[in-house]
Order: sequence, then structure tokens, then C-alpha cells
Amino acid sequence: MNEAVVPARPETRWQRIRQSNIYYYFLRDKVAMVSAVILLLMVAGALLAPVLAPQNPYDMAQLDIMNSELPPAWSEEGDSQFLLGTDDQGRDLLSTILYGTRISLTIGLFAVILQAFLGIVVGLTAGYFGGRIDGFLMRLADIQLSFSTMMVAIIVLAVFQAAFGMELYSRMAMLMLILVIGIAEWPQYARTIRASVLAEKQKEYVEATRVMGFGPGRIMFRHILPNCLSPILVISTVQIANAIISEAALSFLGLGMPPSQPSLGALISSGFEYIFSGTWWITVIPGIVLVVLVLVMNLLGDWLRDVMNPKLYKG
Amino acid sequence: MSKATGSLLEIRSLCIEFPSRHGVATAVSNVSFSVEKGEIVGLVGESGAGKSTIGNAVIDLLSPPGRVASGDVLLEGENIANLHGEAIRRIRGRRIGFIFQDPMTSLNPLLTIETQLVETILATLGGTREEALNKSLELMKSVGIPEPELRLKQYPHQFSGGMRQRVVIAIALAGDPELIIADEPTTALDVSIQDQILELIRTLCRERQVGCILVTHDMGVIANVTDRVAVMYKGNLVEMGSTQQILERPQHEYTRSLISAVPRTDVKLKRFPRVEYIEQVQSRSIDVKNHWLGQQDESFAAEHKAENGILLKVDDVNLRFQTQSAFLEKNRRYVKASDHVSFEVREGETFGLVGESGSGKSTIARIIAGLYQPDSGSINYAGTDLTRLSDKQRIPFRRQIQMVFQNPYSSLNPRMSVHDIIAEPIRFHSLARPGRETDGIVADLLDHVGLGAASGVKFPHEFSGGQRQRISIARALATRPRFLICDEPTSALDVSVQAQILNLLKDLQDELGLTMMFISHDLPVIRQMCDRVGVMRYGKLVEVNETETLYASPQHEYTRELLSLMPHLDNLSREGLETEPEREVALA
Repeated sequence: MNEAVVPARPETRWQRIRQSNIYYYFLRDKVAMVSAVILLLMVAGALLAPVLAPQNPYDMAQLDIMNSELPPAWSEEGDSQFLLGTDDQGRDLLSTILYGTRISLTIGLFAVILQAFLGIVVGLTAGYFGGRIDGFLMRLADIQLSFSTMMVAIIVLAVFQAAFGMELYSRMAMLMLILVIGIAEWPQYARTIRASVLAEKQKEYVEATRVMGFGPGRIMFRHILPNCLSPILVISTVQIANAIISEAALSFLGLGMPPSQPSLGALISSGFEYIFSGTWWITVIPGIVLVVLVLVMNLLGDWLRDVMNPKLYKG
Repeated sequence: MSKATGSLLEIRSLCIEFPSRHGVATAVSNVSFSVEKGEIVGLVGESGAGKSTIGNAVIDLLSPPGRVASGDVLLEGENIANLHGEAIRRIRGRRIGFIFQDPMTSLNPLLTIETQLVETILATLGGTREEALNKSLELMKSVGIPEPELRLKQYPHQFSGGMRQRVVIAIALAGDPELIIADEPTTALDVSIQDQILELIRTLCRERQVGCILVTHDMGVIANVTDRVAVMYKGNLVEMGSTQQILERPQHEYTRSLISAVPRTDVKLKRFPRVEYIEQVQSRSIDVKNHWLGQQDESFAAEHKAENGILLKVDDVNLRFQTQSAFLEKNRRYVKASDHVSFEVREGETFGLVGESGSGKSTIARIIAGLYQPDSGSINYAGTDLTRLSDKQRIPFRRQIQMVFQNPYSSLNPRMSVHDIIAEPIRFHSLARPGRETDGIVADLLDHVGLGAASGVKFPHEFSGGQRQRISIARALATRPRFLICDEPTSALDVSVQAQILNLLKDLQDELGLTMMFISHDLPVIRQMCDRVGVMRYGKLVEVNETETLYASPQHEYTRELLSLMPHLDNLSREGLETEPEREVALA
């Protein structure tokens, strides 16, 4: 029916991106564009923190306790040197937030990579082989899901702190958070992957590979997995946001990053003691940053889910 | 309303456009025709010809962003082309009824038939519930549903496909329309039911003096019921005339080509003539005899020779699938997909398997291809029982037996380029050196199936159904098989594309000396392709015979029944046909 205009074959990679459906829908969705711009700015700020930040909050020599609890620069008692004010230890809040975002994003990203790795292997195996293997792996996932992420994380981290002491814990905090959040949430991926593997497995191209005599590994990873990637991409955005929230919650409870290397959650927590004495900025400003970060990720995830839905193209 | 003397429906130079981000696509351009009272006009064409679009445009059901760009649709002289919303709603149902393609999805599964009928009658005709009830009873009777009082209280899932289509017709008639638009009303039904539904539509149109536009791609349907036919090609109406004239003396080049592509029931052809009109096919150029493709693995071939000319022997194969699982054996239910099936396939022949859906013909194909393991029985390929081999031992045999699948849209991996799809089996079986040699072979294969070597860089979604089926064939040939299983390879394709694919398969068989097993539900296609045929029903093979003998004098009762349901298109234009004279046997 639609023979009229067939675009010429795109030549370069950039042209191909510009002609793709995702780019087309992206330009027509203001929410997605604004979200993407905000996310990019925050990621760039976090990556370039050592360059952008006026102060290195991890360097004790640069801190002056006399500067503690200064309000943001726009209020009357503010100091133009500290744009967003300082925290209780005299650290510049802007610098601390930039470094904290960096920590939050790192934990979110690596925790999700770990989740995805475990989830993909388990989900692919369960979906492809089916039967008892499927039953066993999925019941395992159900059991894992029946513990709340926070409960598992709190128990593991608290035991670790008690057993090995605060000092070792401070050094290992980031690794521990990645492991705990990564392991606690893999069933999300496993379930999603399994569902799409079950759908793909029915298709004749998979039967064709079996008629050719290919082994299960080659069929699973080379033929089925690439066709299950869109749902993985979609849940990944949401899962990064979730992991960042989990990390913030754990840090808020004192089980996350140590005060010397605060993530966004730890910052919120450290300011919380002072919130009733009028020093609201230590809690509120990192809080806003956290909310915005998570919100734009979720919005992008929603948008991606709509765009990746193949029904959209058929209209 | 100004009542002009003339047709019930008149369509005047109708143009329909679909604006999209790549520009405006014209789906229908400048189409004019008319429908009289009590007349059935067939609108025939292949997918993408714009035939359904016309039907939808008449009652403003175009899916957005489609729009009527210009032209008039006159219903008894009143222009309804640009009516929307409430204005067109008064016409839908009351003056124009619509019959949809798939009766399985066009009824609301949560409401009883009575509710759906009464609701339609109240919405279109008004009146009291009492009157509506009586009217629905009468409608149910007129569409030939037995025990209408009882059936009215039932839900759609309690009806068979054919019965549901009758209900859909009853709903279409509920508002006493003057015109019915039927969009492929029998495509989703089995052959035997198809006939009854068409007969019903025909009688109802005569009795009630209702005009009908019958949209279809099936020449058999056209021949059976229509009075006049309009042939659509790429959005244009290329020819219109009485059914007899179109079928017997087609004027336009496209119509001739379309009719010559219809698989004939009366003679066996060597090739389908003149089908190149439809889809451009690249010329094929390689010399197979001296090419990699024509050379067999000598040592394997010497070891595994066909015995007495029999390449494959299926011996007493049984396979049942569990339909109801239970902990105790006695509570489990099974369906026998293959019930003591035995047959032989001779080297170099085409063996056909025919049967209705669910007869187990695909199951047999999948057992031979090694996708299912039979419960008992053996599959002998050149003297080796494949069912007893381990996975590893079976690999060299898998190369020998390849399969072309039914659905061209799901049988190719959408994330792989065409080059990779075809190169994958060559790489896996190490049939050629990687790099330039493999690339050359893939390019030649693409050339040989008529796609052109340049299409290797593209992805499957850039091709039409017929072209995809060519890719599928190239992939199957990439392991240099001796035995090719074709599982309904053309049932998802248009007739002319089907003719092209069947020609290609015949050519490849001649050149490569392939042995083929061809599975289809379509008797005319089987007749054109196969040397011998087996008929299957409920997992049993009921009859096996030479094709011509089977068609001339069927032995089994079921074969006779199947043959009688085959659409008879005996008067088709015979222009340009190339028959196989020594085998021409008249149909009994």
C-alpha cells in the first residue's frame, strides 16, 4: 500500500540514526527531550565533577570547620564562595552533590549490570530449556522476590558492619552496595527475559536453527538473545533508578556510603539531624537532585517502552 | 435526499491517501465503479492493492492517518464520501452492513449472541425490546442457524467458526441495510465451510435485493459467487467486467498474469507462465554444475546411498502430545499427532502431504527434520535410522535434510542481516573457508534464488513476503541438502508470488537433483508440484498414490470428499500455458 516514497538507503551511521524511528519519535516528544537533556547534564556533571567542583570534598585539607552550615549564596548570610551553602563539616554542598551523584550513578549502573547479567543467564536458560530447569530457576526467583530488597540488604550490610568493623566496611561500602542491590533484584530481569524467550522460541527462525543442528548455546546467545534486547533496555532504565533509590535509602539508614564519601542518600541523611534547626539546605537540595534524577530516568524508561512497542509502528 | 436514478452505490474517481513521515502514499487512485441492487461485485487483488481500503473508506473506517483525498461515494445519489462522526454513524449498520474477515475476533466474547443482536437492532432500527427479540430470531433462522431460540442464549465460544460467521452476517443484516461490504469473509474458514457461507451470502443478496461488495484475493471465491469483478492492482482499478468475461477472456496484462498464476485443478503444468509482472526478479546467472552449490560431499554421499531408489523411509511412526496434564497416568489426555504413519520417498521425486489443519502433516515434517522425537517407529534416511542417533551423530544428517517454513515473517531472524542468515549454516558446518569464499557463496546463493547479491546487506524486514521466502530457501540450500522439506511454503503468499516461488522450487529441484517433501492444504498446489501424494487425517495417513491417479480415481472416502470441495475453475483462460502433455489426465 505504501509504495510511494521509499527513502534512499542511509549512508553513514549518523544518517541511519537520524532516519530511525526512535529519533523520529524522540523529536516529537517534549517530555522525553527535556528528560534526556536533564539526565545528560547530570551525568556530565557527575563525570566531570573533579573539573567542575570548586572544592574536593574528600580532601580534608581543603575543609574549614569554620565554614560549616553556611546557607546558600542567594540568602542573606550566604557566602558567594559556596553557591549552595555548606554542610555540617564545612564542605561545599555543590561539590559534594556532584561527587555524590557520581557515587549514586556508579552504584546504580554497576548494580544493574550485575542484575542484568544474572537475570539474563537465568532467564534465558529457564525459558529455553523449560520443564524442570525452568520450574527450579523460577521458584528460586520467586523465593528471592518474596524477601524485600531492603530487608535482605539491611540484614547483609548490618551483619557485615558488625562482623568486620566500620573501618573495613567504609572501604568496601561501594562494592558491598553493588553486590547486595545487584543480587537482590535479578529476578526482575530473569522474569522479563524468560517471557520474551518463551515467545521467541515459538518462532520458526529458532526451529530453523535447530534443523541446521546448532547447539543450545549458539541458539540462545546468538539467535534468541538479540531479539529479547528491547525489553531489557526498557527495564534497565527503571532498574537504574530503583537501584539509586535503594542505595539512597540504605545510606539514609546509615548502612550505605560512609560520611566521608557521601552519596546523595548519605548527604540527605547527614543533613537530617539539622533540619529542625533551620539548616534545611543540607537535606532539601540533595533531595531535589535525587528526585529529579530518578524522575527523568523513569520518564525516559516510560517513553522507551512506548517507542519499543512494535504496535506503534503499524498504524 | 435527492434520489437520482441509477446505482445503489456509485464510486466516482475515489483517491485515498496515507500521509506519513516519508511523504504521502497513495493507496487508491482514481477508482470508479458501481454496485446495483441485489448484485455481488467482487473486488479482487493482491495484498497492498487497496481493495480493503476502498471498503473501509465507504463507511469512514479508514485507519488513521488515511483519508479520502478526492472523489465521491454516492449511496443512492447521496454523497457520503466526506461524512464523519454522527452523520456516518446513521449510515453504518442501517444502510451499509459490514462483514469482517475473522469470525473468531469480530464477536464480543463476553456477551451472548442475543445481547449483541438485540443491541444492534435497537441501535439501528429502534422499536421495543420485544420487536427486536423477534427480529433477531428471524435473522438467526434466515442465516441458517439451527435451534435459534437456544443458540441466541449462548456465547460466541460455543459456536464453530462457520456458525460465528453466520452470526456476523446476521448482525450485518440486522439494520436491514441496502448494501453489504464483506471483507474476505471466508479467508479464515476451512474449505468445506467456505462454500456454505458464500452460498448464504449469495442467497441473502438475491432475496433481500441487497447489493454486496465482496473483497477477496481468492479467484475461487470470485468464480463461485460474484456477478461482476473489479480487478485492483497497486491502487488502480485495471479491469472491470462480468465474472465470466474476466475469468475466461481477461483483457488487461495484470489480470491475465493473475489468472495464469492460479494453481489449476484440471491440468498439471510444467511451470507457471508469465508471472514476472508482479514482483521484479533478478536474473539468475550461476552455472550450478560447476559451482560449490552443485557439488556434494563425495565421501558422505558414497557412504549413504539411496537403497533401491528410496531415499527416505518413514516406518510406523507414532507421536502423541499431551493435551491435559495430570499427576496420574490415567487422568492424562493425549492427542495422536502421528498414528502409525509409514511411507517412502524416492530419490529425486516430490512427495506431497495434504490434509486439513490439525491432520498431523506438519508434525511428520518436524519429526523428519529432527524437531520432534517420535514415541516409536523409525525414520530411515539412506539406510540410517535417524531416531537412534545421538545429537552429535545426527549433525551430518541434519545438513542433508533442510526445511523451508510456512511463515516468511517469523522464519528469519529479524536482528541478522540476510548475509549472516545465509552464512550462519555454512560457518557452523564449516562447509567453506570463512571470509571471501563464504561471502562469494552467499552472494551466489542470493543471486540464484533471484534476489541479487547486493541484498545481502539488508535486513529481513526490508523484503516482501515472497522475497523473504526466497531468503528462506537460500538458507535451506546453504548446507547443500539432498532432501528439502517445504512446510506450506506459499500459504502466506499471494497467488502470483506463490506461482513464482513454486517455479523457483521446481527449477532448483531440476538443477540440484533435490528430493522434496511438499506439505500443503491446498489441493491444486499439490497437484502442480508433486509426483506422489499422501492424504492425512487425524494423524493417520489414509491414502498414498501417484498424483494423477489420486486425482483421477481417489480410493479413500475422505480423499473423495476433499477433492469435491476443491474450487472448480475449469473455464479459466488457457492462454500461454505450458502443460506436461504425457501426463495430462482429465479430472473425474
